[in-house]
Order: sequence, then C-alpha cells, then structure tokens
Amino acid sequence: MTEEQRRTEEAGAGVPVGAERRGLSQGIAVAEHARPGRGLTREKVFELEDVEVNYDGKPAVREITFDVFKHNITALIGPSGCGKSTLIRCFNRMNDLIPSATVEGRILYHGEDLYGPNVDPVQARKLIGMVFQKPNPFPKSIYDNVAFGPRTIGMKGNMDEIVEGALRRGALWDEVKDRLGDNAYGLSGGQQQRLCIARCVAVQPDVILMDEPCSALDPISTGKIEDLMIELKDDYSIVIVTHNMQQAARVSDMTAFLIVELGAGEQNRWGRIVEYDETEKIFTNPSDQRTEDYVTGKVG
Amino acid sequence: MSDEPRTERARLAVAGARATTAAVVSGRPRKDVIKNTLFSVLLLVAILLALAGLVALLVQAFVKGRPDLSVGLFTDSGSSDPTIAGFKQAILGSLMLIAGVIVMVVPLGIGAAVYLEEYANSERWWNRLIELNIQNLAGVPSIIYGILGLGFIVRGPLDLGFIAFAGSITLALLVLPIVIIAAREAIRAVPPSIREGSLALGATKWQTIRRQVLPASTSGIATGVILAVSRAFGETAPLLLVGAATFVTFNPEYFSGDYTALPVQIFQYATRPQDEFRILSAAGIVVLLLVLLVMNSFAIWLRNRYEQRW
Amino acid sequence: MEARDIAASGPAGIPRRLEAASPRYGEKVIFGLLAGCAILSVVTTTAIVIALIGPTIGFFGDVPVGDFLFGTEWSPQFEPPSFGVLPIVVGTLSVTLWGMLFAIPIGLGAAIYLSEYAHPGVRKIVKPALEVLAGIPTVAIGFFALTFITPDILQKLATSAPIFLALSAGLGIGLMVVPIIASISEDAMRAVPAGLREGAYAMGATRMRVATRVVFPAALSGIVASVVLAISRAVGETMIVVLAAGSTPNLTFDPFQSIQAMTAYIATIATGEVAQGTTKYDTIFAVGTLLFVMTLILNMISIRFVRRFRQVYE
Repeated sequence: MTEEQRRTEEAGAGVPVGAERRGLSQGIAVAEHARPGRGLTREKVFELEDVEVNYDGKPAVREITFDVFKHNITALIGPSGCGKSTLIRCFNRMNDLIPSATVEGRILYHGEDLYGPNVDPVQARKLIGMVFQKPNPFPKSIYDNVAFGPRTIGMKGNMDEIVEGALRRGALWDEVKDRLGDNAYGLSGGQQQRLCIARCVAVQPDVILMDEPCSALDPISTGKIEDLMIELKDDYSIVIVTHNMQQAARVSDMTAFLIVELGAGEQNRWGRIVEYDETEKIFTNPSDQRTEDYVTGKVG
Repeated sequence: MSDEPRTERARLAVAGARATTAAVVSGRPRKDVIKNTLFSVLLLVAILLALAGLVALLVQAFVKGRPDLSVGLFTDSGSSDPTIAGFKQAILGSLMLIAGVIVMVVPLGIGAAVYLEEYANSERWWNRLIELNIQNLAGVPSIIYGILGLGFIVRGPLDLGFIAFAGSITLALLVLPIVIIAAREAIRAVPPSIREGSLALGATKWQTIRRQVLPASTSGIATGVILAVSRAFGETAPLLLVGAATFVTFNPEYFSGDYTALPVQIFQYATRPQDEFRILSAAGIVVLLLVLLVMNSFAIWLRNRYEQRW
Repeated sequence: MEARDIAASGPAGIPRRLEAASPRYGEKVIFGLLAGCAILSVVTTTAIVIALIGPTIGFFGDVPVGDFLFGTEWSPQFEPPSFGVLPIVVGTLSVTLWGMLFAIPIGLGAAIYLSEYAHPGVRKIVKPALEVLAGIPTVAIGFFALTFITPDILQKLATSAPIFLALSAGLGIGLMVVPIIASISEDAMRAVPAGLREGAYAMGATRMRVATRVVFPAALSGIVASVVLAISRAVGETMIVVLAAGSTPNLTFDPFQSIQAMTAYIATIATGEVAQGTTKYDTIFAVGTLLFVMTLILNMISIRFVRRFRQVYE
C-alpha cells in the first residue's frame, strides 16, 4: 500500500492528514508490518449489538457493541477479569458448554444471527475455529491430530494432502514432516501450539479465534506464532485475546479495549468495551483517557 | 470456600500441637525410647501377621493339593469317586459364565459411566439417585445378588431356569458397579481441554466421546473390566443360589441344562469329609488362584504399557 | 452470495451453512441408550427389593414380626418350626466380632506403618501383598480356615475345640478384611497435611507420638469409615462361615462353639430340597431382607464418614 493510499485511509478514518505518528510510550512501536490485510476490507464478519453474558445471573460482560472485519486481526485487550475470554467464546458458541452461562444481545455472523433458533453450534464451530491458551494437542500422532478434524466432519479429499497443507499453513511442516507418526506430546510447547493452529485450519474455517495463544510460550515461539498470524490473515479472519499489549500493537489491525466495571457492593464486576478502533489509533492517539492510561502502563 | 475446613484443620493442628507439647515436656527420655521401639515393633508384628496369614494360605493350598496337581484336574469330570474326580465341567462352566459376564458388563458398564460423566447434570435428583444406587449396589453382599437371581432371573419375571445364562446375568449385575466406578475414573481423568479442542473443531458430543475420550481412557477401563472379571471368577455364593450347585457330569451348555463353576465345585468337594476330596479341593484352589494370578498380571501389564499420563 | 450460505474465506471457498445438515437423531438415540445403561442400576436395586419384599411379606403373614426379630430359637426345619432369628444374627455378629478383633489392630498397624514409617523396602512388599490378599476368593479363605486354622491352630490351642467354630471363621474373615482397613486407613492418614506432622516433629515429637497423637486423630473419620465398611463386608460374607463356622444355630458369642450365620443359613436352605412357597422357603427372603437392611445401614454410615474425611481437607 502506498503512502498515498494510507493517507486516504487515515482521512477516511478520521485521523488528521499528515498527523505524526507518535508512540506514546517507549517500546510500543506500532509495527510497520501490522498491515491491514487485503486492502483493509470493511466487510463485516461479526456484528455485535449490546451483547451481555451472565454466569448464574451474574454479568461477566455487558453492552458489548462492535464489529469484526474480514481479513483483519482484531485484538481484545484489557486488564484481568474484564471478560475477554468470555467474550471471545461467544463467537463460536463455546459458552454453550457452560450450563450456567447465558448470552443475550445480538451476534451476527455474515449477517445471520449466530444464536438463532435454527443454528447448530456444531456447524458454527466448523466455520469458526479456536486455538486455546494452553496448547491442547490430542494424545495421538501428529498426523492424526491434524487429520482428526477433517475426518470427523467428513471432509472429502486426500487426507495426506490435507494434513500437509494444514501443517504448511501452520508453519510446522518442515519441522515434523519426517515424524508425522510421532506422538504429539513429544513436541515443544511452541510446536504444539502451531500444531493446534494447523489442526484448526485443516477444517477450512472462516474465522480463527485465539484465546491468549502465546501466554504459555517462550518469546521465540511467540514471535513465530505472531508471524504466522500475520500470514494467516490473508485467508482467515482472526480475533485474538491477549493480555500482552505489545503483541496487540505488533500484530492487530483493530483493537478493542475492555475494562472492569464494578457494580453495587463490589460483588458484581463485569467487563465493557471502552474503545474500539484501529490499532494504530488506540496506541498512539486514543480517544478515551482510560485507554491512554492502560496503553501507557499507568494502570495495570 | 467456607471457613469451616480451615477451622477444622486449625483445630486438629492445635490439638496435635497441644498433645505433642505436653508429651514432650512431661515425658522422660529413656522411657520414650523403649516405648517408641516397642511401638514400631508392634506395627511390624501386625504386618507380619497379615503376611503370615497370606503366605500360610497360599502354601497350605499348594502343599495339600500337590498330590492331585496334574493335567487330570482339567480333563477328569466331576465325580463322587475322589480318585477319578476332576474339574473339567467346572472349568468349562466358569469359562462360559465369564464370557457371558464380559459381554454384558463391558457395554453396560462403559455406557453407564459415559452417561454419568459426560451427559448427566449431577444436580438433578434422578442422576443423584443413579449414583447413590451404584454406590449401594457395590456394597450389597454377594448372596443377596443370589437371592435376586433366584427371585427374578431364574424364577420370577425372567424365569430363565437354572441355566448358565442366568448365572452370567447374576454375576454381571454383581460386578457391574466395579466396572462403572473404574470406567468413570478413567473417563474423568481425561482433561477437559481435550474435549474442548475436539468440540472447537466442529465435532459433536458423541463424536468427541467416541473418538477422543474413550480411546484415551481405554487403559483404565480395561483394568476395571479385568478386576470385575477376576471377582466374578472367584464368586461362589450367588451361584449356589442360582443353580450351579447341582452335580454335573456332562459338559455344560449355556442356554440349557445344568452347569457348575470352579469355585462351586471346590466348595462341594471341600464339604465332603473324606480327605481325598479335601486334597482335590486344594488342588482346585491352586488352579483358581493361578487363573486369577494370570488375569491380574495381565491387568498390571496392560496398565503399565498403555497407561495415559496426563 | 445466497442469503443462507456462508462462504468460507478459506482456500477451498466451499459454501457452508449454519443450520444442521441433518437433525442428528443418532445423538439422541445414543443418549437414550447410555441413560438406559445407567438406569439399570436403579432397576437392579428395585429388583432386589422386589425379590426380597414379596416373599418376606408372605412370610410375615405366617410368622409375627416380633417372633421373628426377637425370638431366640431358630429351627425352621423342625416340627413345630421356630422362627426366632436371633441365633443366626448373633452367629453373624459373633464371627464379625472375632474377625474385627483380629483385623483392626493388624489393619491399622499396617496402615500406620505404611503411612508414617514407610520404609521403602517394606512398602514394596506389603502393598502388593495386601492387594493379593484382597483378591483371594472367599472359598479359598474358607477352605484355609476349615483345613488349617481349625485343626492346626485352634485345636492345638484348645483341644476341646469342635471342627466348626466361630473363631475359625472369624479369623478367616479377619484376614479377608485386613486389606480394606489397611488401605482406606492409609489413604486417610496420608491425606493428613504434611504441615500438621512437620509442626509436631519440629517440636521434638517422636514418630510414635506424631502417629498416635496427630495423624491418627486427624484421620479418624476415614479410619472409622474403613472399619464400618469392613464390618459390612464381614456381615455379608458367606463362604467362609459356611465352610468353617458350622450349620447349627446357636445363640452365643463363644468363639469356641459352632454357630450358623445368616448368610450360611440362606446358602444352606437355598441349596437344599425345600419346596417353593412354603414358609420355610420364605425364610430365605426374610433373613435376606434383614441382611440387606443391616448392610445397607452400615454402608450408609461408612459413606457418611468417608465424606467427612474428604471434606476436612478439601
């Protein structure tokens, strides 16, 4: 994308033309390569309207309204306990698995109500995949881990090719191609997580959700996975929860900042979105003081 | 978490500390040493008595039964003449019974365990009733299962008659709680993250259970089944009530006719006054113990070889 | 793009839907089958109760409940028959008593040693030995009692001892339940937090003191649970008493006398030639009901204690 185009985009997004890019604190460089994929599409993948999640009647997140765009990496950041994980699990109906959880409000997926009466969560999860915080490979071989999804959902095609393709996309093929029959538990933590990513893309989803995918990994593995995310966004839409601000700044296109709000008597606490905007703006020129306090490290 | 456990633990700690301090302060050193040594000696004596009992039992069975330990045990039929009597029908009968038990207990036990661990909401009263029942059934005396067989299976509603099939059902009901409890533990040991990973890929609940949870818990389930089978193989009392007590000289059939089982035959020979029968009985016990030894060694090998470590 | 198709943006670009492709009846059928397997347990209990209750009610039509529960003469085979159940109840209790007197010190001793003294060599032998003991069929233990304990031990100690006596079966039963007491008590003792022990040791307490004054009281509910469970097993045991204790109902706790336990009575009558439907036949179920109720109560007490010991350390 040329400088010209970028300026046009900035103008469209309301940033004053020619505004200098200021990093607000040392170390948060809004990375050059956190480019918006495929021309910063504005096609919406998810539209959330006034979403609220309750556990046993107690709210966990409230008044969540924002859109997730196609081929973007959308980051959810905020302090502990602000409900980021709860929120991201709404996108693939994983909260259905928790009996005490109720989801209210509207979540549209490509214009369709994700929680509509005719929607089958199993189908939804084939389209909206998830990578978890702690790598959770199956107690099977590397090959069978990747092949499990396609086999189970009945994908047709040459399984060897499907597995290889997925492992290539997960940037793991070269490291494991000679030992596909080995038990997945023999891989390192970073490799296991990439295996989980490969497993996820093997079923050809539309969206990949990542719930703090690097928090259990060392910095080198983290770097590899961040690079992988940026490659993947060409083909998928990615939503990532991270408590690592720098990571959000490095990889994401859009960032949502959530905070914890206390209810009456301090027993109730829930999360809400303070600001949702292009990552660059969130980290260099946020609209809300609370956002600025968080990204500059004034509050935890 | 309430304060209760903390208080209880603190209460115990304080009581222990008090008793210890008092004893330490008031006790005299020399007496202490003697008391302590005596105590540990007593403990070892206790252990030795238990071990002695076990060893005596095993050795006595072997020594007493030695004269009769030969292939004839397996090939000679039951008889009222101790010089030609053997355990052939009894062994065949036991094998048939056990085969039936395995066929019944594996699907029913795994099925119940999967239901309780994966589908049942443990707060619902009916699920708690099921769990309570299983817990109680595990402690019901085996002869009561015999009464169940007598009143319900052999006669009563099922009215199958005194056949081996009825014996199998009775034994299967007896050992089913063992399988259920072992299978539940094995299934519970599979971490939730595995299930989440599978569901997140678009697998259904049953697909997840069938393709991830059950394969991962196979080792624990198999161990439980073998334990149950061992128990069933050695059981006598219920079989006495459902018709295995008859004296059988023809090879038994499963769905008709008389049958017997190894422990029952051992019992019958043991109640005869002649010493020759006692010797035969002992030999039968040796065979019984050997079979159990093989089964349990197999279970241990299985567990060590295939155990899933999380 | 058709309204209801969600085009995957992945490489294959296959349009896919959010609605279920099929109603998936299979899942519902499977749920039903699995629930059925679980409900079998309730069915079994119900069947046991029905099998017991029916003839028992018939029995109490002929024999007053008071006569049964409090009568001291048990002779259903005689003319005229007598249906006072106390002799065989006492028979069961007698054997249980002698068994427990043997099993409790041994079981607890083993448990304390394994938990507090834990010499690794000893542990390697004792743990497997206890597991082997737990797996020995009761007919083998009964045989051992009859053909070894009685002639070679008891008759040597008391030459007037009969061939069948309560003490012999008691010792056999004691041997049978030692593993129960030992393993559950050991679990309970090991569950006592290390901090409690360490505090005591730090004050200079000896191992014996820690074991008896700190660990034992702390593990008490688990220990009690194990003993109650052992009693329940002893009460319900058949083959050992049939082989070694005798078949004459005898209202006594004297260990050197021959008695008949409830379970032995049931086994003897059921394998004998008794016509169905007679009062004598129904004694099987009446005694069975009594046995069932006794073990049920004992099991529930034991479960309560297990729950208590688990709760303290959670």
